[in-house]
Amino acid sequence: MTTANQVVKDVAKQDYKYGFVTDVEVDLAPRGLSEDTVRFISAKKDEPEWLLEWRLKAYRHFMSLVKKEQLPKWANINYPPIDFQDIIYYAAPKTKEKLESLDQVDPEILKTYEKLGIPLQEQKRMAGVAVDAIFDSVSIATTFKAELAKQGIIFCSMSEAVHDHPELVKKYMGSVVPYTDNFYAALNAAVFSDGSFCYIPKGVRCPMELTTYFRINAESSGQFERTLIIADERSYVSYLEGCSAPMRDENQLHAAVVELYTADNAEIKYSTIQNWYPGDENGKGGIYNFVTKRGKCAGDNSKISWTQVETGSAITWKYPSIILQGDDSIGEFYSVALTKGYQQADTGTKMTHLGKNTRSTIIAKGISAGHGNNTYRGLVRVMPKATNAWNFTQCDSLLLSDQCGAHTTPYVEVRNNTAHLEHEAFTSKVSEEQLFYCNQRGISTEDAHALIINGFCKDVFKQLPLEFAVEATRLLEMNLEGAVG
Amino acid sequence: MLEIKDLHVSIGGAEILKGVNLHVKAGEVHAIMGPNGSGKSTLANVLAGHPSYLVTSGEAIFEGGNLLGMLPEDRARAGLFLCFQHPTEVPGVRLDHFMRAGYNSIQKSRGLDEMDVLKFDRFLNEKVGIVEMDRNLTKRSVNEGFSGGEKKRNEILQMAIFEPKMAILDEPDSGLDVDALRIVAEGINQLRSPEKALIMVTHYQRILNYVVPDSVHVLIGGRIVKSGGKELALDIESQGYDHIEKAAESLKSSR
Repeated sequence: MTTANQVVKDVAKQDYKYGFVTDVEVDLAPRGLSEDTVRFISAKKDEPEWLLEWRLKAYRHFMSLVKKEQLPKWANINYPPIDFQDIIYYAAPKTKEKLESLDQVDPEILKTYEKLGIPLQEQKRMAGVAVDAIFDSVSIATTFKAELAKQGIIFCSMSEAVHDHPELVKKYMGSVVPYTDNFYAALNAAVFSDGSFCYIPKGVRCPMELTTYFRINAESSGQFERTLIIADERSYVSYLEGCSAPMRDENQLHAAVVELYTADNAEIKYSTIQNWYPGDENGKGGIYNFVTKRGKCAGDNSKISWTQVETGSAITWKYPSIILQGDDSIGEFYSVALTKGYQQADTGTKMTHLGKNTRSTIIAKGISAGHGNNTYRGLVRVMPKATNAWNFTQCDSLLLSDQCGAHTTPYVEVRNNTAHLEHEAFTSKVSEEQLFYCNQRGISTEDAHALIINGFCKDVFKQLPLEFAVEATRLLEMNLEGAVG
Repeated sequence: MLEIKDLHVSIGGAEILKGVNLHVKAGEVHAIMGPNGSGKSTLANVLAGHPSYLVTSGEAIFEGGNLLGMLPEDRARAGLFLCFQHPTEVPGVRLDHFMRAGYNSIQKSRGLDEMDVLKFDRFLNEKVGIVEMDRNLTKRSVNEGFSGGEKKRNEILQMAIFEPKMAILDEPDSGLDVDALRIVAEGINQLRSPEKALIMVTHYQRILNYVVPDSVHVLIGGRIVKSGGKELALDIESQGYDHIEKAAESLKSSR
């Protein structure tokens, strides 16, 4: 008979469904990082002078950090030093001209997205979801663009935004995450290649889900995209990002920056389903996911909500944060992080309360299996002028094996004594009794695990847009599939 | 329906069951009585396939199949149901979702239709009445924060939903007040039928006033020392287990 222990030991061994490679001709930057690399990327994108200058400043700042060896070392993760000169910073599928329609996109790439379940062709598009597809360093296609434009909504690749809406890009880019923010934010600002840009005008409620799907394909390359979402007064948008990468023995770097900005009474709901290649069962290969995400509730009564389901990557280092600047603004963070095999995740959030009556909610769920190591790291900071700030934090861990780890490191910094903060945390294990109880009702051990894990994640999943909640549930089940029983 | 032959079971190296024999036919209700620590719950759990127990020898044939060689979920799918003495909590998993998952996996294994959420909801509405259970309870996490009585009712409710061929009830009466006992017992009685069998494990006679057994077996020290009709339960009530045990021993030594 299979015991609960045997079952969970096997959870670590999974197949990665999205590990295939697409065979396309690519345009690569020379390996390594120098001022020339930065100029190369900027020239490829035919960028204005101000942007090149900004990149170069970021580059110099990054190099000074490298020289001073100021790499972030505080996270609870282990990895060999990254050789920043051994990375290809720009990889793009070769195209003849600027793409006018999808007919000109390499059919191999279209097939790739189809395989990933994201059809880009007009007739097959997902109803109610607009997609920006990013393949290595460039945006391949953005669907429903014209329809969104009718309401004044701008949804396009960052490269297009730089050309078509320079005033917006110039005003907001780097306003939430400046290039001096941290090591990887500096690197990203220097070499970012593409990303999504989104602007919702005053009073507009975006009628569909906006989605960006990131795919790393080229070997030895890193992906450095930058996403910027601006919600003007009284507007609303729900945005989702997904990602995957081929299975490779080497570690690949993904260092993205996401900036969100809400004006008075605006709301952004940002959801992530992260499924980068996690490495094989012995911990070889996989993506290093070092991402800086931050939102600024600049306007009064505005709201930003981050929801993330993190199942991929060899290492996840990511803290989607919110600056609650406007009075009565609301920040939310909902997270599920699954680590199995030799995956490591150090993730959490930072809520900075600046305005009066600002409220924040943090619900973080960590699931560890195999030799996975999961850390929740959070900071709730209440500044002197933030009277009546309110925070609720709950961070729970579920352990599925004897070799995995779960850690929680919540920090609190309060400088206004009217603040109200609550914190809850618990750690649990799926017990033999629970599995037996499920078995006795005809439920297999594998399904029982899925049932219990879904129950554990429920509070987070219900924050996802419906169709993605289904996807997230399926993704978690797939991650545990075939491993138990 | 069930034939247990010379069953020996140990846990953590200690032998608990030392050669149990039992024969249960369709339509029958058997009561297994015994003092604390006699092996009653072990018998119930080992038949359902609890992974902590080790069968060292003996066999159990259920509906012609080798029960002890089956996974616990396959035993459930074959129609064996255990009503737990201490049902475990499953935080975060809604009771109605849990029951539907179990129901559908059993249906699927038999090649029968599964029920969607709406259909199962209606099905559940019909069944909750059997144990006079608040329908809202099924929207909460499995057994989480349930009172002792609610847990027992929940077990009987699930028995009504799964309609097993054979139900093993492990002390369904423990910790219940008189009213709750009556409700649980009536629930059990509604599920009796000529095609189904029940094994009721109990310490006290009182539930047998409501659920009248065809046979009563006294389990002491891992062996069935005496079997008889329903009146045996009354003897135990008036004379205690000690008396039965001594009588059985003297009978053995006089042989």
